[in-house]
Amino acid sequence: METTSQSPSTAARIALHPCYSEQAHRHFARLHLAVAPACNIQCHYCNRKYDCSNESRPGVVSELLTPEQAAQKALAVGAAIPHLAVVGVAGPGDPLANPDRLFATFRALAEKAPDLTLCVSTNGLALPEQVEELVKYRIGHVTITINCVDPSIGARIYPWIFWNHRRIRGRKAAEILIDQQQKGLEMLVARGVLVKVNSVLIPGVNDEHLREVHRVVTAKGAFLHNIMPLIARPEHGTYFGLTGQPEPTADQLRILREACAGQGGATGMMNHCQQCRADAVGLIGQDRGAEFSWEKVAAETVDWQAAVAKRTAVRAAIERRIVLHSQIHHPTSAPASPSGQRTGALQSETLRMAVASNDGRTVDAHFGHAREFLVFDVSPMGARLVERRDIERYCSGPVTCGDAAPALAGAIAALRDCAILLCARIGFEPWRALEDAAISPNSERAGEPIIDALLAVGAEWRDRAPRAVSPAGQRLCA
Amino acid sequence: MAFRIVACCTGCWACLPLCPRQAIRAAAPHFEIDPARCTECAGDYPDPQCASICPIEGAIVDAAGQPLNPPGSLTRLPPAPATPLPIS
Repeated sequence: METTSQSPSTAARIALHPCYSEQAHRHFARLHLAVAPACNIQCHYCNRKYDCSNESRPGVVSELLTPEQAAQKALAVGAAIPHLAVVGVAGPGDPLANPDRLFATFRALAEKAPDLTLCVSTNGLALPEQVEELVKYRIGHVTITINCVDPSIGARIYPWIFWNHRRIRGRKAAEILIDQQQKGLEMLVARGVLVKVNSVLIPGVNDEHLREVHRVVTAKGAFLHNIMPLIARPEHGTYFGLTGQPEPTADQLRILREACAGQGGATGMMNHCQQCRADAVGLIGQDRGAEFSWEKVAAETVDWQAAVAKRTAVRAAIERRIVLHSQIHHPTSAPASPSGQRTGALQSETLRMAVASNDGRTVDAHFGHAREFLVFDVSPMGARLVERRDIERYCSGPVTCGDAAPALAGAIAALRDCAILLCARIGFEPWRALEDAAISPNSERAGEPIIDALLAVGAEWRDRAPRAVSPAGQRLCA
Repeated sequence: MAFRIVACCTGCWACLPLCPRQAIRAAAPHFEIDPARCTECAGDYPDPQCASICPIEGAIVDAAGQPLNPPGSLTRLPPAPATPLPIS
């Protein structure tokens, strides 16, 4: 979400939503409730046999919930994960093809979790008839998947829709779907709902066309456009997967996103989407769904009032931390030097250091558990936050980093221009690996405020020549 | 005259609220049609409602056991071969 300028009220509305704010996705968690099994269309990238726990992609869930179960699950997750901010319904079918189940779930949450933002993701076919109901339930964020605005392209993506009690096929089906999507988009924007448009990039089908889609949804006032790569593997059993339809390359995706961003307009481009499952739990990119299966949450008695209070306090603390970083340490004059140059080690006065921190104030993170590093330039004049580096961003391997070795290599790549790494604890193996990469790990400042630690270590560095420090005596983990 | 839901039903609920005769039940392991209630939508709709939204080929069959949505009709995928092909 880098390209949009927002009014203060819009900024406040997205500040807690991980799918609408690039910044929020680092701090706030979301929960997808799988209450909506039925669908009213067929897409060639989906199959309706959704019972699979080993896949991570939209439309896939492990267990279907009733509205009562879904509300109980949301309350349990909201008590266990105080940084939960958003509860969405995204499937496994289309939420608006299951209006009774959808709105029963939202009714149950309105009383016991009034602080949580509710959102919905839809294919748009039933959207116009449900807009008033969505507004009534204060659904401020709606995602519509729009893959085309041209029926001849739509006919290659959607084999059929169910419309007015009939199954409609081919170009006619695509015409109706496109009309409904566009009408729904206009109605939502007119009512002040923030609309995110998801588009699946399907090479050879809609790749060139998505620029036109971007132009149209921008003109109609979509808040954000999220172009996602097609997922099409034979083992998923989808039409595209079984017919050899290629997935886009990372370059194809990047070039198209940049081209759309370059078209101008107020609609931002989303670049941090992880294409979550329809029952995902936690921060984007960290699915904790297995911890909160229905079996595990069914018997829980949740003190929902205490949970609301805790979430409110945690939210305030996170927001303070975000403001602290953006105001006190945000780069003002000198732009950060390009990554890859070891400026810290080359310049005698300024040293580039990375900090592993969870709370954003103290050196409190275990190196191996850090999700991001805060990178500072430290001089006798003070410390300046250069940027936050998401470790996942450096991991270009498979989505699931099962092995420790690639994850460690990714973390080290993220630190390649830093001379020193401050963390609370670090294992012996990563210690050696960092030293081999000429980055000095330091866990002597565990628990100290970041600024104090940076200035102290910077002063030590200037006072003596860099030397290899043995891990002995440092706080090593087992 | 009644339709029947067979084992490949995934229980997605799409058909249940559409039935004009409330003949469909969310049974396990798959949904079921009450033959005493099912009219195949005659007199209510031109097309049988359950079979018009069902996404699974072969899941709903007529009185003769013939699928209302035969293989390939919904996904456009060629029907799977009757016997597995030998792996070469």
